[in-house]
Amino acid sequence: MNRKENFIAGFVKENPVFGLYLGLCSALAISTTLDNAIGMGLCVTLILTASNMIISAIRKITPDEIRIPVYIVVIASLVSAVEMLMAAFMPQLYANLGVFISLIVVNCIILGRAEAFASKNGILDSALDGIGMGLGYTFSLLLISFVREFLATASWTITNPFNNQVILHVGLSFLEPFKISMFSTSTGAFLTFACFAALFAVLKNKPAKKEKKEAK
Amino acid sequence: MAELFSMAIAAVLINNIILTKFFGMCPFLGVSKKTSSAVGMGVAVIFVIMGASIITYFLYHGVLVTLGIEYMQLITFILVIASFVQFTEMFIKKFSPALYKSLGIYLPLITTNCAVLYVAKDNITQNYGFVEMLVNSFSVPLGFLLVLYIFSCMRERLDTADTPNAWKGNPVALVAAALMALAFSGFAGLV
Repeated sequence: MNRKENFIAGFVKENPVFGLYLGLCSALAISTTLDNAIGMGLCVTLILTASNMIISAIRKITPDEIRIPVYIVVIASLVSAVEMLMAAFMPQLYANLGVFISLIVVNCIILGRAEAFASKNGILDSALDGIGMGLGYTFSLLLISFVREFLATASWTITNPFNNQVILHVGLSFLEPFKISMFSTSTGAFLTFACFAALFAVLKNKPAKKEKKEAK
Repeated sequence: MAELFSMAIAAVLINNIILTKFFGMCPFLGVSKKTSSAVGMGVAVIFVIMGASIITYFLYHGVLVTLGIEYMQLITFILVIASFVQFTEMFIKKFSPALYKSLGIYLPLITTNCAVLYVAKDNITQNYGFVEMLVNSFSVPLGFLLVLYIFSCMRERLDTADTPNAWKGNPVALVAAALMALAFSGFAGLV
């Protein structure tokens, strides 16, 4: 697989959330608004890219037996750093995401990529893989929160995390009486996610069917 | 006493860790295909959360606070949890090889079960005393076991049901989870 294919794989074919069912806890819990989704997605992308690069850089001097603890320490240090930076510069987003920022440590995507990709490939490839996978994750969060925020509030809002100014606000006021607040609760999260998972299952199986036909 | 009891009820039913907080989704979808492995996983998680919470509680108040390095919390906690899971794995392997086999990959993955880290952190941020900490770290995974068990029973029935191809497996299970979350939201206001 060349670099470009590898980069794109994270969006549909190997989409970490809908395809591989990784990192679900945060994907379901913080996908209530677009703001949270963007903040969380970029956070994970940043940490994933950095951890992939560091782990790839030290892959030759890491003893095989203790590689998992080493990975975890690298990831935990990065997450602690990002957490403190966010508390200082984006207090509102930090308050919204809450405990989920520190729980990025145990996000399966990051440890999974470290084990499956960064421990075997060069720094540049690992960085690209981190960005691709991270954006794939962000993309899935955006999809879920796009649906959930609209169904729950009949509008979309994006704010600047540094100074809390509203950048974009799209509201369809005539739909206001029909909004379904259930979608901001966990039931809505599970339902939205189930629909997307089914959709991605269809998308994923399509190329496989084509190949089968050609083979015949 | 009554306070502790209502705290436990709230943790098991009202603020259920899976259905309202979404922690531990990976084992929730991964090991819920069979009732027996779901129960095994639930019990293992209770054991790990209890053990890890007690160790991290003393480590935090005994070492980190005294030395004034609370910012090392995350790194310390995750290392304690990782080694404790390793220990549990060896324990189960020795005493119940069958359970060890059926849990498979998900046993080492308890390390990355957010529930464990969440409970350890929650005990610190809520400023719980020792007894409260014990009650919290028992009742939260008990809620996990309860929901995992109910969910695995539903999935065993779902397997035989006739579902459209795209919805087979996880998607239809997630719809079931959504309905379960709706049912559990009825518990709100119980305490």
